[in-house]
Amino acid sequence: MSVRAINDFTIRVATVNGSGSQSSNLVLTNAIASLGIPVAPKNVFPSNIEGLPTWFDVRVSALGYQCRARDFDVLVALNAVTWQQDVAGVKPGGAVVHEDSFPCKGDTLREDLSYYAVPFTALAKEHFADKGDLRKYLMNMIYVGVLAQLLDIPEASLEESLRSQFRGKASAVELNLSAVRVGIEYAKQHLEKHDPWRLVPMSGKTEGLMFMEGNRAAALGCVMGGCTVAAWYPITPSSSLCEYFIQYCDRYRVDKETGERSVAIIQAEDELAAAGIVFGAGWAGARAMTSTSGPGISLMAEYAGYGYFAEVPGVIFDVQRAGPSTGLPTRTMQGDVSFAYTLSHGDTKHLVLLPATVAEAYELSMEAFDLAERFQTPVFVLSDLDLGMNAWLTPPLAYPEKPFDRGKVLGADDLSSMKGWGRYRDVDKDGIGYRTLPGTDHPGAGFFTRGTGHDEEARYSELPEVWQRNLDRLNRKTETARTAVPAPVVAEKTTTKVAILAYGTTHHAVVEALDFLRESGIELNYMRVRALPLSPDVATFVKRHDRVYVVEQNRDGQLYGILRTELPTHLIGRLESIRHYNGVPIDAHAIIDPLLDAERAPAVVAE
Amino acid sequence: MTVNIVGLTREVYKGLPTTLCAGCGHNSITNHLIKALYEYGVEPHKLAKMSGIGCSSKTPAYFVEQAHGFNGLHGRMPSAATGAKLANSELLVLGISGDGDTASIGLGQYCHMIRRNLDCTYIVENNGCYGLTKGQFSATADVGSKQKGGKTNEYATIDICGLAIELGATFVARSFSGDGKQLVPLLQAAFSHRGTAILDVISPCVTFNDHEGSTKSYAYVKEHDIVLHTADYIAGGREITLDYDPGTVQDVTLDDGSHVLLRKLDVEYDPTDGISALRVIHETRARGEFVTGLLYVDTTQQDLCAREHLVKTPLAQLDEESLRIGREEWRKLMEPAGGPSKP
Repeated sequence: MSVRAINDFTIRVATVNGSGSQSSNLVLTNAIASLGIPVAPKNVFPSNIEGLPTWFDVRVSALGYQCRARDFDVLVALNAVTWQQDVAGVKPGGAVVHEDSFPCKGDTLREDLSYYAVPFTALAKEHFADKGDLRKYLMNMIYVGVLAQLLDIPEASLEESLRSQFRGKASAVELNLSAVRVGIEYAKQHLEKHDPWRLVPMSGKTEGLMFMEGNRAAALGCVMGGCTVAAWYPITPSSSLCEYFIQYCDRYRVDKETGERSVAIIQAEDELAAAGIVFGAGWAGARAMTSTSGPGISLMAEYAGYGYFAEVPGVIFDVQRAGPSTGLPTRTMQGDVSFAYTLSHGDTKHLVLLPATVAEAYELSMEAFDLAERFQTPVFVLSDLDLGMNAWLTPPLAYPEKPFDRGKVLGADDLSSMKGWGRYRDVDKDGIGYRTLPGTDHPGAGFFTRGTGHDEEARYSELPEVWQRNLDRLNRKTETARTAVPAPVVAEKTTTKVAILAYGTTHHAVVEALDFLRESGIELNYMRVRALPLSPDVATFVKRHDRVYVVEQNRDGQLYGILRTELPTHLIGRLESIRHYNGVPIDAHAIIDPLLDAERAPAVVAE
Repeated sequence: MTVNIVGLTREVYKGLPTTLCAGCGHNSITNHLIKALYEYGVEPHKLAKMSGIGCSSKTPAYFVEQAHGFNGLHGRMPSAATGAKLANSELLVLGISGDGDTASIGLGQYCHMIRRNLDCTYIVENNGCYGLTKGQFSATADVGSKQKGGKTNEYATIDICGLAIELGATFVARSFSGDGKQLVPLLQAAFSHRGTAILDVISPCVTFNDHEGSTKSYAYVKEHDIVLHTADYIAGGREITLDYDPGTVQDVTLDDGSHVLLRKLDVEYDPTDGISALRVIHETRARGEFVTGLLYVDTTQQDLCAREHLVKTPLAQLDEESLRIGREEWRKLMEPAGGPSKP
């Protein structure tokens, strides 16, 4: 059998939403990782509490690829409704573990697959008749046992994983372990393995890593970034970001003796009010954030424009989901990039950070608060459902060594030693003025913050030259930001004239695609953009290449569009756009296939 | 030179010259505010003047020029005021809105500010119309009230005070821009109240809503104003020297120890009784009248900052030391625990 069958395949667990398969899926994921084998779990779930189909993919990848695999090799089929569709999707030669009552004859039977029928319902009834509501969870643990037997996962690893899952709660560990053992025993006695998929313990890849979702990492970034005011309106897939923030604050922001809190977290009446709370707090000097998804930033447009024009700091997390409109709330997309970048009527440009990994979800979250205060403006952190809600293997997050950058804030003493002061004067020629905070005990501290036209002294003005001068200064601020926001990450090792440019979670598919293409004889350079406005490095990178494939997860090529607007005209023709937008995370072949087509076609002509 | 209790002259409480129409009720309210803030002894640097959009929302520019102002978005001032107060609980937040700003575009934020009992003084300069866009009806226009062009309002009016009481507001007053004697002590009582203090101030629009047939004209308001009581504000710690008959005066003690003394007039009225307050509001409206005075007060409720158990130090002033998780705790959080930990 091919080497690929060992530590390099994908397991898909097909269940019914609300049937309690989450714990079993995570136990399986953890147990595999504990063998030293990199895994990337992807939860493909419905916008529903109970009853609709849900899938959990566990990609096992000895090479450590973390993007979604397009196909799956091993199916655990527990949902009668999707049974035929699920079987049809298994990669040729794959294995299928299924509830034995599912019809296996006639149309559904594929000759190329290995079938393992298991009477899950009957086994659960037999062994856990007295467990009431717990029975459905235990039935799911039985499949973990069956898979463990078929794939060679040692019982000790499962036990360890259960212990971590149930945080050492002995009775829960015991009960679930007994269900796992039912599965192992059944498989031992009744199933004869006749497929190649196996797990073999390995080393050098997962040591020191931990699982974390991007939303959790971003929440930790808010804690460590000094966020003291958070306002939010629940929305998938961003809710868990604020909920994790609440959890951490309940633990680390409460004085144990007095019960006093060094944070205020408000569940607002809507996203617009959440944004209002953020910019009110930012104006008064607190580090404030809100987290939302696409529909939320549509509502926040009003305050985003105010924050930009009145120059008030605030951090907005947008954990992107598939749009437009309500779209697919539980599916992923990089669909808000161009919208967020210019969110508001009139001429507006925001700072937008584009984390790709869990570590960046944390680091850029912290950095967002510094940038918001340094540039006195809204900062968007554009994560997505794939990063935010899936668990990723990540190195532990680093303790921050830098103090907060509170930006240009004048205190009473500063004001006393100054001759004059104007809120919007460009003293340093970087477009950024000096601000004062309410509460500053100095008669000259106060000024009038407004979203209407204003001059350097913050006075209302309708004069054409004043208006234009202010817009030009704001643009100067954007120019300053280009080199202050997180710089692009470049992998440019070869003399090739072809490159990929991507951002956010698309990165993980690019990594795999680059390896695949290299093996196919196509060497590519790679730039990963981490923020808007674009760094000047982007233009020089494009300039060094003949063709740059811009890969992203939206229909319209949103970053491609921004590049076409902002790059010098003579470079625009070098850009090609590759787009993926079906709601599930991008896989390597979504890049490889179109790129091979494009690269091979002109090559033939040229020769 | 005469100074107030914080050593400042009355001049300090003034602002830029008004840009509103001559005779606008809002200008009178500004003057009453200047008097109220001066007498109360508000320190300008602790005052946060916040507003939305509209004629009313321009007024923060016309008083206490030294103080910070936040002229925000149409109908969205309550959320910004909430953020500002949470960031710095030492600020005296004074929000100024209008009837369009509050009762139409901003109704949601108005309701939720009240629900949370944000500690602020929230003034609605209520003229029943949109002035800046030239006289369209607002949602507080009374049924049957006529527009300047003759059109009659047929849609139900939103009663800002009645709604506030229904939502659990803890301080609700109504007054008239022309009655400084009543409005000034009510403003001062609102500053002292810990929680959302709503002041619905009928403030005629001389340009678009001061004609025959309007129920928000100077003439109509003067004729149909049912004054519940006269009010006197006594700052905390001061002796009540007013000579009064306990049977005719109700003494409301506010959170900071100050008092409002309400001297009953013709109507028997108890502002701590919300149900009666709602009845009186309904009955007078049905008769085409409106009641002014302290309509409702409840000093037993906690404000937002208290419910959130905020530290005394303003959140805006906290540093890395007090906000970051400690190194040792962090190390424990980041322990892979002998292998990858729980997703």
